This record gives sequence, structure tokens and C-alpha cells, in this order.
Amino acid sequence: MIDSLYTAQDHFSIVPALMLALFGCAILLFDFLIFPDPKQRKWLLIFVVLGEGFTGVGLIRQMHWIASYGRPIEAFNSSVIVDDFSIFFNWLFLIAALIVSVVSYQYLENAGEHHGEYYSLVLFAQCGMYFLATGADLVTLFIGLELMALSFYVMVGFLRSEKRSNEAALKYLLLGAFSSGFLAYGFSVLYGIAGSTRLSDVVAAVASRPAWDPVVYLALIATSVGLLFKIAAAPFHMWAPDAYEGAPTTVTAYLSVASKAASFAFLVRLFYGPLAPFAAIRDVWAPILGVIAVITMTVGNLAAINQTNVKRLLAYSSISHAGYILLGLVAGNQTGIKGIEVYLMVYTFMNLGAFLVLVALRRQKIIGDEMDDLSGLMKKSPGYAVLMLIFLISLAGIPPTAGFLGKYYIFWSLIQAHQYTLAIIATLYAAVAIYYYFRIVKSMFVSEMKEKEPMATSFGMRVALAVSGVMTLAIGIYPEPFLKLAQSSLLR
Amino acid sequence: MDQHLLSIVLLTPLGGLLVLLLLPGNKNLIRIWANLAALAGFVVSLPLVFRFRNALPGFQFEERADWIPALGAHYHLGIDGIGLLLVMLTTVMGVVAMICSWSGIQDRVREYYAMFLLLQTGMIGVFISLDFFLFYIFWELVLVPMYFIIGVWGGPRKLYAAIKFFLYTLAGSVLMLLGILTLYFQHFQQFGFYTFEIQDLIKTSMSLNMQQWVFWAFFIGFAIKVPMFPFHTWLPDAHVEAPTAGSVILAAVLLKMGTYGFLRFSLPLLPQASADRSIVQVLAILSIVGIIYGALVCLMQKDWKKLVAYSSVSHLGFCTLGIFSLNPNGIAGSVLQQVNHGISTGMLFMVIGVIYERRHTREISEYGGLAHVMPKFAVIFMIAMLSSVGLPLLNGFVGEFTILQGAFEANRVWAAFAVTGVILGAAYLLWLYQRTMLGQVTNGKNLTIPDMNFREVAMFVPLIAWAIWIGVYPKPFFDVLRQPVTEILERVHPGYFNGSQPKPVLAQAGTQAGDAR
Repeated sequence: MIDSLYTAQDHFSIVPALMLALFGCAILLFDFLIFPDPKQRKWLLIFVVLGEGFTGVGLIRQMHWIASYGRPIEAFNSSVIVDDFSIFFNWLFLIAALIVSVVSYQYLENAGEHHGEYYSLVLFAQCGMYFLATGADLVTLFIGLELMALSFYVMVGFLRSEKRSNEAALKYLLLGAFSSGFLAYGFSVLYGIAGSTRLSDVVAAVASRPAWDPVVYLALIATSVGLLFKIAAAPFHMWAPDAYEGAPTTVTAYLSVASKAASFAFLVRLFYGPLAPFAAIRDVWAPILGVIAVITMTVGNLAAINQTNVKRLLAYSSISHAGYILLGLVAGNQTGIKGIEVYLMVYTFMNLGAFLVLVALRRQKIIGDEMDDLSGLMKKSPGYAVLMLIFLISLAGIPPTAGFLGKYYIFWSLIQAHQYTLAIIATLYAAVAIYYYFRIVKSMFVSEMKEKEPMATSFGMRVALAVSGVMTLAIGIYPEPFLKLAQSSLLR
Repeated sequence: MDQHLLSIVLLTPLGGLLVLLLLPGNKNLIRIWANLAALAGFVVSLPLVFRFRNALPGFQFEERADWIPALGAHYHLGIDGIGLLLVMLTTVMGVVAMICSWSGIQDRVREYYAMFLLLQTGMIGVFISLDFFLFYIFWELVLVPMYFIIGVWGGPRKLYAAIKFFLYTLAGSVLMLLGILTLYFQHFQQFGFYTFEIQDLIKTSMSLNMQQWVFWAFFIGFAIKVPMFPFHTWLPDAHVEAPTAGSVILAAVLLKMGTYGFLRFSLPLLPQASADRSIVQVLAILSIVGIIYGALVCLMQKDWKKLVAYSSVSHLGFCTLGIFSLNPNGIAGSVLQQVNHGISTGMLFMVIGVIYERRHTREISEYGGLAHVMPKFAVIFMIAMLSSVGLPLLNGFVGEFTILQGAFEANRVWAAFAVTGVILGAAYLLWLYQRTMLGQVTNGKNLTIPDMNFREVAMFVPLIAWAIWIGVYPKPFFDVLRQPVTEILERVHPGYFNGSQPKPVLAQAGTQAGDAR
């Protein structure tokens, strides 16, 4: 009996998530049982690295399994599916979580809010993302989403003594809960249609309904609203600038990269491919999503122009990036999905990199996220300035950096789908984006230095920045292996 | 050796850049190294001239390797006669620009030279890429260093000018990217594989309508770069604010990327659209408007540098007019005029740089009678000015004459209008010379200006020599251009060279359209 409830295959499919959960709990316990002295906290960081290492090993073993059997791992009665697509995203989450944890140590020390549970929250959130990428059941997906979101609500408000952080957490919590409600409602309708929460059943049930069935549309609308909230697409983006600005910068980086990638994995799962309930009614949502993508790019790009707070500027820029990524889904071809993957991959490195530079600007008693804090950076620490330049050029999508490749794929997929109008709008917004990214560049390279306090740097920070910078350039200059990776990670 | 020659030419500035970053902070050491790197860039490009075979069809010194098979992008280099002239122009101007920066730049020297060497790599890459993806990478790579050169070392409104330059050219090039992607996708639909190789893309057959769309997408990218009227508004700002060497490179090489794009991509890849009656007419009219408008605006200028900047609009109008005359004289003259414009306008900007370093103003009314104070300067300025005016025995004459001949063959009315540009060009430049150099010294501050020193004279010498060479004996240049021009025309008008008489292009396009109906 117990064999059929929890088989070896089931176990194998969730090993990475188990590792994350176990190490997360272990860190919670060790924080006060074994390492009560604040000076011993760096051991917790080592546990995070260890945990990620085990997670990585689990992912590698899953990859080998899939490669040798040639099919995805289905487990728990098909409510978890580990395929190349989910593994691709899980690597992105792992990289993001690792980089963020490594630089958080110094940041939290400087902010005076260094506590062990931070690291467990990072791991718990990643665990939730794992199920967002692998889930093939409405309940699994929803639990994954909530696990991720709840961890983030706490992390966003982690700077307890800062009003901004508290406010951001509250806003994020209220709006996030609201959107989760929408999503749950949509899921309940889907369940009503299918009588099952498994995606494969839902797909079959939706396909058997007549065309123009209002119930399916109801499910579509409620689910989309919930998902668009999560990826911060306009007009559901209101929470993002506040949450991004108020949250600790490390959390902002994590939120903007990993949470976004997970939500997109979720979105793609529900809208494209064999397990997508809404793939059958593509003709209905594709034009609407196209309009939403354009509005998102408009809002993101235009609002970013006048920001004086760099974190807020990057928040708006990340909204506009969400618009671009959505276009890949609107194009709705294989190139588009590949484009989403490539875009999210390069976005992980370049956006993390840009936020890492802001993390290094946070020093004792200096918040360091205003445009002025960056002025004269080239004179103060040329290394940081040049790296930031590379990240910004990449975010703007100028070759030979990685960001160009993401945009390139999106444009390509749109041309393939004959969506010329969308393509022209998207390209023109790339020019608008130059303007605000280069305001930061101007501040770093042309403006005079405002304060001389050196950057907060640490070994972990240097490694993390080097990795992001090298990857941003490497993917741009020799993208072949990375494109192959995306090619092999398509939904099948 | 021959098969890697272009890679060496491409990578020499980049190698120089890497060493430059490691040098200790001594300013003079950095300057010497940067000058040596640019000189090395020129020296390694010299074998191209000696080993180039004029009679060979297609591209020479080709080098090809897979780069991104997933996208069908290759590392494919090669040059024909057009590429050869423009690469040589780039390497020569690279040396000259380095020399003329010696005393003008005192601040952040290392970054300055690093940006120039990066720019040099990008520009050479544009002229030697035979893969559209590679071309696009270099095309965009040029923007960032130029932004910094204008934005960091420029004049009072440098930031405005730099971002305007960046936004304009980027908007154009992303739209061009869409055109490239359309072509790329069309090729895939016909042949079943993705490639950016120009030699493959050229086989794509597209309907005239589709070709026209792609043509306009390319047009925006190239026309902004040239810049053609009405996309020229970024140019005066960028030129006026850029440091001297930045203006020199901008005028001499960067603008040629646009005209080169028309010749290398628009014409051969979209032959029917390029020969289309309405498109040719629009392009020719925009060119002529650019010629005359640019010249008229020059007459109004009070700022010495802005005058030269607008003269670029006028001169580049000749280049595009030559291209869209679509006959051998027009195109060959256009390429030669591109080189000429690089030489003469480069010299004019250097002249302004020399005087600006001494007086820190570019107001024409501040000067007058300088010939008395600075005789060497007066002579060099006169040569530069006359070469730009198009005095026979100097380079400008040969180019403009050939273009006008081509335009005349295509359509007499075009030639008639374009000639007024030559006259106006003489007017504004001679008037400028008269106001600044001749007469009595009216401004006391000008009495004590030192004349040009050895370095400043030296940087003009190669350009003057080149100008005289083209003016007196242009045959080698036309020989180099004959083969590529023939190939381009064979693409645009198949069978052009079989007819005994050169046909006016519009008449021919008209009959073609008639046949189609």
C-alpha cells in the first residue's frame, strides 16, 4: 500500500525540492541551536551553498534520467512532471538563489538586520518555485505559488526598522493575496469543468467543451488576472515599483529575477504546450495578451524615464521586460517559447548583476539607491562602473551583450508569426529604454562624485558580480551552447 | 596569412585596447601606446592594398567560420573594392584622429583612447562583415564608444547631443533589424534553413511589395546614419559637441556606414525595390533636398563647426544621389566621394580643432585675418577648404564630377539641381575662409595665437597627400571599384552592361514597370 503512495519515482522527482526544504528547516534550527553567536552566521551561508549543491546534484541526476529514458519523469499520479523545461527553469532559480544568498551576508550586516531565517526563506521560496516549474496539477501549482509568495512577503519586509520596507511588504501582501484569490477562483472553475485538478484531465475537459463556452472564459479571465499580477504586467503592475523599492535590494534582485521566471514558467505551462488548458482557445487570448504586452511596455518604459531612485527605475524597467517576454507567448510559436527561455536566462544574469551593484552601494548608514549615489562611480570604483555599464547595455538590448539575444528571439518570433505591428512597437520601445538606462550611465561616468565612502565589497560579492558579468558577455558573444540548452528545454 | 588578414586588421585595435587597459597611469605613455596601436592598425591593413586583385569577382581575403549555428550566423569576413577603400579610410583616419587628440584631451586619457580603439574595431567590422548578424553586432557596437566620446569629452551640451545621437541611430537600427529578420525568415521559407550569410540571402526571391517593406526598414537604419534629410537633425548637435577627433571620425567614417549599407545590402539584396521607380525618385529627391538644404543652412551659420557639420549633410547628399543614379558613374563616384568627404571634412574638423585649442571659441565673428598671424594654418585650411569645395586637381572635384555625370545620365533635372549644391558649397566655404582668414586682424586676441606646431602639421600631411593623389590620378581608385560596381548593377539591372548605350535609369525603370503591366 505504502509503495503505491510514495514510490521511488515519486521520491526521485522531488529530491531537489526536498533538499531545499530540509536545508531551509535545518538553517532555522541551527540558527539558534548551534550557532547562537552572531559571528557564527557565516556558517549558515555555507549551509545554503551546501543545500544548493545537493539540489544541483538532484537536478543533474534528473537530467541524466530524462536523457537516458527519453521521457519526462511523471510522479504522484502525474501531478508533478519533471521535464527539460522545468529543469531549465530550476537551474535559473538555483543560480539566482545562490547569487542572492552569497551577497546578502554583507548587505544584511550593513543594514543591521542579519538573521538566520532570511536564508531559510530564500530556500523555501525556491522550493515553491520548484513546484511552479514542475507542477502538473492545479493544487500543486497553487501551493507552489503560495509557498513562494509567502516567503517573499516576509523577505520584502525584512528591514524591520525601515518604514519603506514595511510599507512595501504590506502592499505586496495585500495585492498578492488578492491576485492569489483570483487565481484560486479561476482554478476552482477549471476544477468545476473537469472534475479533476490534474492538468491533463483539465485539458481534455476544456477541449470537449463547445466553442465560446462562457465558463471557460471565466476560468481564463480569472486565471490570467492572477498570473498577470505575479509577472507584474500592466494594468496589474501597481505593487511592483513599491515592493521593489522598499524591499532589501538583495530581495528585490531575487524577486525580480527568480519570482518572475517562476511565474513565467507557470504562465507558459498554462497557455502553451500539451498540458495547457488554454492552448485550445489561443485565438481568444493571444490578441488580448498582445494588447496587455504593449500596455506593459508602455507603462514600464514611460514611467521609468523620470525616476530618480535607481531601484524604482529598475522596477519599471523590469515591468517593461515582462512586456517583452509576454510577446513571446503572443507570437505563440516555438521560437517564441525559446525566446521566453533565452530572455529569462539572460535576464537572470543581467538584472541580478545590475542589482548587485546597488547592493554594493548599501553601506553602513548609506542607503545608496538614489541616482546621485551612483554619480562619479567611474572615478571611485571603475570595476563596478564598467560592470554596471555592461549590465545596463545588456538590459537595453545592445549587442554584443546577452540582452540583445533575448530581444532578438522575441522579434524573430513576432516576424515569424507575422505580427509586424507588435514587432515595430517593441523595437521602438527598445530605443526609449536606452534613454533611461543611459541616465544611469551618465550619472556613473559623467557626473561628479557626491560622496567618497567606498563600496561595500566582499569576496562573495566579487565572485557573484564576476559570474554575472562574464555570463552576460559570454552569452552575448558566444551564445551557441546556451541556445542549444534552450532549444532542448522546449515544452514537448 | 592571406586568409587571416582581415581578422588581424579587425583585432589589432582590440589587442591595443587590452594592453592599454593594463598600462600604468602615465598619460604620455598611454598616448604613445594608443598612437602606436592605431599606427599598427594602419600598417597591418596595408597588405590589403598590395594583395588586392582588381579583376577578381566577388569578395577577397575571405574568412569564414561557424559562429552561432543555432541562428545561422557566421564569422564571415571579406572585402571587395568598396570595402577596401572604406577600410583603408578607417585605418588612416584612426591614426590621424589619435594624433590630433594628443593635446586636446587632458582628462581621463586612458578611457578616451580605449573608446577610440573600440570604435575602430567596430567600424572596421562593419566594412568587412559578410554575415548580416555579424554586421549588425558591429553596427551597434559603434554606438556605445561614440556615446562616451561625445558625452564625456564633448562641449557644453554634450549629454544632450550624445543621447540624441544614440537614440536616433538606435531607433533606426532596431527597425533595420526587423527588416533583416523579415529577409531571414523569407529565406528560411524558401530554402528551409536559417542563415545570415549575404551570399545565401541574396538568392531569396521576394515579391516587390515585400521587398519595398524591407527596403524601407533598411532605409530608416541607413538613412539616419548617413544622415539623409530629414533624419539629419542629430548630426549638427553631435558634431558641434564632440571633441575634435570624435567629429573627425564621425564625419570621416561613421557616416559612411550608412552609404555603405545601401551599397552592400539594400541594392544587391533588394534589387527590384532599389530599382523601383517611386523609391528611386523619393531617394533622389531626398538627396537633392539634403544637398541644397544643407548648403543653404551652411550659409546661415555663425558657428564654424556647425557650418562644417551641415556641409556634411550636403556632401552626403551627393553620395546617396550617386548611389540611386544606379549607373556605373553614379555609384563609383559615390564611393569615391565617400572617401573624399572623409578626407576633406576630416581635415576641416581638424582645422577647427587646431584653432579651438588656441582660442576656445568657434564663433566665426571672433576671427578674421588669421592668415597674417598663422600662415601655415592658412595654407592648410585653404587646401582642406578647396578639397571640400571641389577644385580640380583636388579630390572633391573628381568625386562630385563623376556623381554629377552619373546623375545626368539618370535624369538631367537631378543633375541640374545638384549642381546648385556645388555652387553653394563653394560659396559658403569660400565665404567662411574670407571671414576667418583674410582681411585685417580685427580681434586683438587673435594677434598672439601661435602657428601650428610640427605635430599639427604632420597630422594633415597624409590627408593632403591623399587628396592630391585622388585629384591628380584617380584611376587606381576607379579600377578598384569597377568590379564591385559592375556586380551591384548587374543585380539591380540585369543585363545593364549588354546594352550598347547607358540608359537613363528612370526611363528604364519605367519600361520595366510597363512590361510588368
